[in-house]
Amino acid sequence: MIWICTVLLFWVIAWAINVRMVAMKPSRIITFFVPALFGVTLLLLWEGIVRGLQISPVLLPPPSAIAVTFSQSVPILWGDFVQTFVKGALSGYVIGCGAAVLTAIAVDRSPFLQRGLLPVGNFVAALPIIGLAPIMVMWFGFGWQSKAAVVVAMVFFPVLVNTVQGLQASDAMQRDLMRTYAANYPQALLRLRLPMAMPFIFNGLKIATTLALIGAIVAEFFGSPIKGMGFRISTEVGRLSLDMVWAEITVAAFAGSAFYGGVALIEKTVTFWHPSQRRVR
Amino acid sequence: MRNILPILTVVFGLFVIWYAGAVYLNSNWAYDKAKRADVELSFGVMVADTMAQEKPRLPPPHQVIAEIWKTTGAMVQRGRAFSKRSLIYHGWITLSSTMLGFVFGTGLGILLAVAIVHSRAMDMSVMPWVIASQTIPILAIAPMIVVVLASAQVDDFIAKGVISMYLSFFPVVVGMVKGLRSPDHMEMDQMRTWNASRSQTFWRLRLPASASFLFTSLKVGIAASLIGAVVAELSLSQDGGLGARMLVGSYYGQTIQIWSALIAAATLAALMVAMIGVVQTVTLKKMGMAS
Repeated sequence: MIWICTVLLFWVIAWAINVRMVAMKPSRIITFFVPALFGVTLLLLWEGIVRGLQISPVLLPPPSAIAVTFSQSVPILWGDFVQTFVKGALSGYVIGCGAAVLTAIAVDRSPFLQRGLLPVGNFVAALPIIGLAPIMVMWFGFGWQSKAAVVVAMVFFPVLVNTVQGLQASDAMQRDLMRTYAANYPQALLRLRLPMAMPFIFNGLKIATTLALIGAIVAEFFGSPIKGMGFRISTEVGRLSLDMVWAEITVAAFAGSAFYGGVALIEKTVTFWHPSQRRVR
Repeated sequence: MRNILPILTVVFGLFVIWYAGAVYLNSNWAYDKAKRADVELSFGVMVADTMAQEKPRLPPPHQVIAEIWKTTGAMVQRGRAFSKRSLIYHGWITLSSTMLGFVFGTGLGILLAVAIVHSRAMDMSVMPWVIASQTIPILAIAPMIVVVLASAQVDDFIAKGVISMYLSFFPVVVGMVKGLRSPDHMEMDQMRTWNASRSQTFWRLRLPASASFLFTSLKVGIAASLIGAVVAELSLSQDGGLGARMLVGSYYGQTIQIWSALIAAATLAALMVAMIGVVQTVTLKKMGMAS
């Protein structure tokens, strides 16, 4: 009971602080502090409710228990991370996105194919491609290759659609300017159209980061060597040691955010000229 | 309609690639068989064999279509549309938990978006987490949710719905926040000159303005819901569903069964997205917002 009252009190106080802070003049500290405080509040609320209501750790372990498990099993988590993220997701991501961009450039000269590819690609991007996972495991075995294959299939179409759209982004005036410079096709592509396409391509690449991680993890549910994030999650769920599962999910969350953040950072340096990257005020 | 021909060309190309892949991937097995039977295999016979294997590595499209017909249309004709071996039965299981999750996810998402738009404190504390959560592979927690809810004596049907709900929730929140904020300064000022209250501004300006954003995120959300339901069925395969068909197929090497479940799921996704598209055109036309 004390636990619950304490965390509820903390919640009220934290919320009051946040409301006060929001009313103040916006600054960088506030935009960082407010969501951070909210996150801490959620964690404390979770901890307090689990302890206060004495929820069995089999159902929902408290954050402190998860943190302990996390710090105790760093080597295992690291091995899983390398297996799933570096070998499976990252290699598949590079291959899939590379293939998609190259395909988009290959069909670039044929407006006919583009008109067909855009609707089909949009359609395929909405399909549950993750269902290919059992087939890929059958084809490429239990190793990381099958996970990379699933990731390739998942990221290919979103990136393809965005790149095809991006390559159409330059307007007639700009293309005419290139023509007055007597630029040939590769020159116009490299100097004008690819740079103009970059914001679109990066939009696709950012969507693909999440898809890549999902693909690699879910593919491991269908069979994997005895390491990997998806493997660990499914076996530890079977053993009812949910603190380990949550530790693995924490790794997945950090890996996903860092992956997305990394791509966003590259985007910032590549498309520094684009209006959406300009500092506001 | 000028896109019909290009689309057909691309689809035709995909089918050609599919058939070529089937011949290539299945040829090994055909040659193996021939070797054991000590016969020389001509190219034509080999191709014919790859088109009609029982457990091919990649079933050619016509085998998949035949399997789908066998488990849907043919069963309807025999009056057993809802037998446990019919894809209609499994598709219905998947569809129902998808819809349950989608309806609740959308409802909660809209409510949270309304709260975010109207409270700066909510906006600043919750919104960064909503955006961050989109970069997290949420699907990874599906098996855990299933087990936890099962041990809490929750019906499996609802457990699958919870995962669908979770997946459709975030796209709707992000889209709706964007939509409710889409009225520009001029329009908001106009409402102020009319001395409109907050709720009047909401009902008369913000909500109608968000309609097209809502439909876009509904399309994303329902596709995500279906994926959630399919993945959840991997952990709850005893109840059936398209995901369960895939899992069982992968255990027994029934590739044709996996592909037919996959195509069925794809069709389901396409139908649902198309349905929302129809509702979108009709609604926006009635609202006078059709582009």
